[in-house]
Amino acid sequence: MSVLEQLDSRSCVLLRLGDRRFALTADQVVELVAPSRVFRFPNRTKELDGVILRRGRVVPVCDISEPLTGKRMGARRFYLISSRATGIPGDSVAVPVSGDCELIHADLTPAGSDDSPHVAAWLSHNGEVIEVLNLTALTPAGADAILSQAETAMPEARA
Amino acid sequence: MTPTPVRSTPLRTEQIILFRSSTQIFAISSGSVQEVRSVDSLAGSAAELSDSSVKKVRHVLRRTDRTLYVVNSVLHFGLRPSPAALIFLLRRSRAALLVDGIEKMTTMTRLQALPPAFCNEERLWYRGLTVLDQNVIPVVNPLGFLTNEELLQLDAIANPVVADPSPATNEAGFTL
Repeated sequence: MSVLEQLDSRSCVLLRLGDRRFALTADQVVELVAPSRVFRFPNRTKELDGVILRRGRVVPVCDISEPLTGKRMGARRFYLISSRATGIPGDSVAVPVSGDCELIHADLTPAGSDDSPHVAAWLSHNGEVIEVLNLTALTPAGADAILSQAETAMPEARA
Repeated sequence: MTPTPVRSTPLRTEQIILFRSSTQIFAISSGSVQEVRSVDSLAGSAAELSDSSVKKVRHVLRRTDRTLYVVNSVLHFGLRPSPAALIFLLRRSRAALLVDGIEKMTTMTRLQALPPAFCNEERLWYRGLTVLDQNVIPVVNPLGFLTNEELLQLDAIANPVVADPSPATNEAGFTL
């Protein structure tokens, strides 16, 4: 069953990126964490800012603000850690947000064929129509990476 | 009836070398490093590749059993230039690695797979990530410094310099 087919009346987390508000379905959201140190190391995936460390786990940081609003988040930012529907257990990203997140319950309207791939659905809240985001479409994950991760995760999980 | 004693599984560990390239710290398994030499000590035995199309490789080393291409780690990872002081001669690889220095040797108890969001060349560069003293350190893949394609290009250039009887590929057979 696709994400869209599951959508109807759902709990969602509203997040603010710049002047705009977006939403993620609450079942995707793992936690909201305070500003953390971002560790950077050489890589060729431009969409990623680095990684943060959360309870011993490494979580990649992906600033989705720029593709959605045209502006990057400022330095002082919280991180919304969210799981991705890639089929890999524990696959998550940390999305920089301004911090004022809100849990709501709303009726969702599935995205249409004309909507951008990053829109999973729409919701209406306090007179505002808000995009429910499809994080998998907004964040990088090559098919090869997912395949190799699935094949090698266990042997490499412990040295 | 006596209860069966519970055996604790010993934690598997791996010895690693933390090394510096430019401002970045990396880790490499000490088992994959055959020798560590100073750049000065190899000055006479390294031949220059005058027209290398693989920019990160400027020198070739002839050993008794194999030919090694010296990969500048700063150029490989796209870091800010810095003076290299050491060369790692790697086991089961046709690459030798030019690095700035060794920070320390230590032990890692856990290697985390690179998150799938990293989906480009870094998947070849790194075996994964480890956490040491609340720092995230990338653990390099010793076979990820030269692709088969790069080895073929280098062999073509190096042939007038050295005749290498060994096959052109890494043992891992990586291609991009």
